[in-house]
Amino acid sequence: MEHYYQPEIELASREQIVAWQNERLVKQVKYVYDNVPYYRKKMEAVGVVPEDVRSIEDLHKLPFLTKDDLRDAYPYGLLAVPLEKAVRIQSTSGTTGRRVVAFYTQHDIDLWDDCCARAIMAAGGTAQDVVHVCYGYGLFTGGPGLNGGSHKVGSLTLPMSSGNTDRQIQFMVDLGSTILCCTPSYAAYLGESIHERGLRDKIKLKAGIFGAEAWTEEMRRDIEKSLGIKAYDIYGLTEISGPGVSFECSEQTGMHINEDHFIAEIIDPVTGEVLPEGSKGELVFTCITKEAFPLLRYRTRDICVLSRKKCSCGRTHVKMSKPMGRSDDMLIVKGVNVFPSQIETVLLNKGYAANYQIVVDRVNNSDQLEVMVEMTPEMFSDSLTQVTEKEKELVAALKAMLGIYARVKLVAPKSIVRSEGKAVRIIDKRNLYQQ
Amino acid sequence: MTVQQLSVFIENKPGQLSELTKTLSQNDIDMRSLSIAETSDFGIVRILVDDSYNAARILKDAGYVCNITPVLAAAIPDEPGGLCKPLTLLDDNGINLEYTYVFVTRKENLACMIFRVSDSHKKEAVDVLTRNGIRMICHEELVQL
Repeated sequence: MEHYYQPEIELASREQIVAWQNERLVKQVKYVYDNVPYYRKKMEAVGVVPEDVRSIEDLHKLPFLTKDDLRDAYPYGLLAVPLEKAVRIQSTSGTTGRRVVAFYTQHDIDLWDDCCARAIMAAGGTAQDVVHVCYGYGLFTGGPGLNGGSHKVGSLTLPMSSGNTDRQIQFMVDLGSTILCCTPSYAAYLGESIHERGLRDKIKLKAGIFGAEAWTEEMRRDIEKSLGIKAYDIYGLTEISGPGVSFECSEQTGMHINEDHFIAEIIDPVTGEVLPEGSKGELVFTCITKEAFPLLRYRTRDICVLSRKKCSCGRTHVKMSKPMGRSDDMLIVKGVNVFPSQIETVLLNKGYAANYQIVVDRVNNSDQLEVMVEMTPEMFSDSLTQVTEKEKELVAALKAMLGIYARVKLVAPKSIVRSEGKAVRIIDKRNLYQQ
Repeated sequence: MTVQQLSVFIENKPGQLSELTKTLSQNDIDMRSLSIAETSDFGIVRILVDDSYNAARILKDAGYVCNITPVLAAAIPDEPGGLCKPLTLLDDNGINLEYTYVFVTRKENLACMIFRVSDSHKKEAVDVLTRNGIRMICHEELVQL
């Protein structure tokens, strides 16, 4: 049986959803224009005033926001409320060079929690469930988002945060966790660990809500088999709120976008033009209910397809496919955003040539990041100790910049493959994006 | 009182060392000794040749990263305890080796211990050894061995 957290919204007619969107968009554009000078300037630059936006048909007139805007406006430039109304920040993990800070009012958090509650109930969650959250808590949105959603559903919430697998499994067994929330790679790892300890019969999990990184259908089947659960995908980004921007239902064929809060568009990443329904392109979100950080036409850089095909779960909100790639060079490794430019900065700071290659692989369902760096005369020494010391310094500097461990591999000069004179910077062996 | 050691970076994967020796052989470079310090990713090949500067130029032209390091060379007898004596002397005087390797020469009963200590200990190391009857070898002598 399908569960809904807000059936009157989740099952609303298309006309009703569009009516909400029209009304909220018009209000929101005026609100942003009045309260966010940064965006007002952008509107002025293209000669658009709030009165030009009378319905969602006019959305395309508004200028885009990108991650660069968020960095330019850091920290308070896009905050739309006075500080006394903002109650929380969240931030993207480990991206010192590209820090993104998002703000929330109490109302924003309530709506975000609602979105996550919808996801939990779509995964079969009810007040009887024990929701085990081992997404990281803190600046990362994963933990706080699912935690809040679980409270709204009325489930018993285990705010485990990440790490300490032994403790995770012990709580899972002792408290009878029924819904697991974490990254898919950690779910796979937990599955293996549970089997190794011979505790498969002692766990009561029935469902998992897995997000923050790309995963394949094959991985879904592995996790479902290993843990004896149904595995649901969840999507979100800090800039827009966090997990729960969209979520999977029992049909498991895409994620319903919470269209009463977020308007989704698909654009051509090169021209910025809005593409017809069903086209593959870059996903763009407009937040129509947020108070503190109301981004309009924010480019996610995720490439996907939207579908309005009738869903067997009964929900009427548009579905997005799993992201099929990126329109920029961002990598998501262990749930952390990694930009090649960050790695380049570290290498240059440490006196290495900026000739490098990033190799991402998934070994035993866990992401591994390797940075291949060409040896230079300045770096070289006859002493192995000195060379490995420098290698360790580089590993530490990369960790500080990225927030995750990257293995460094020193390679011979000019050994990094160049195609047409340009080095290939990224090799992603994970094949996560199904075309 | 030093010998000019050539140190070369190579990756730790099949064919790399033979490639390096091929370059040296094609340029008629005769080696006195070769040793490798390696990790799972790469190796530092330490080579002694007659004309280190010429060899370094050839290797750089061939695309290698290499350098010339002055290291110390001690003449030791090719007999049991031959290596133990200089090592004990250095140890007793608190001088730590960064690395060392030894090879037997064509001269009867003569082996050569190549080693590197920190720059601040270099003079002291030479003093301790020579004071105790261990002769240091310079590059000109090395090429004759």
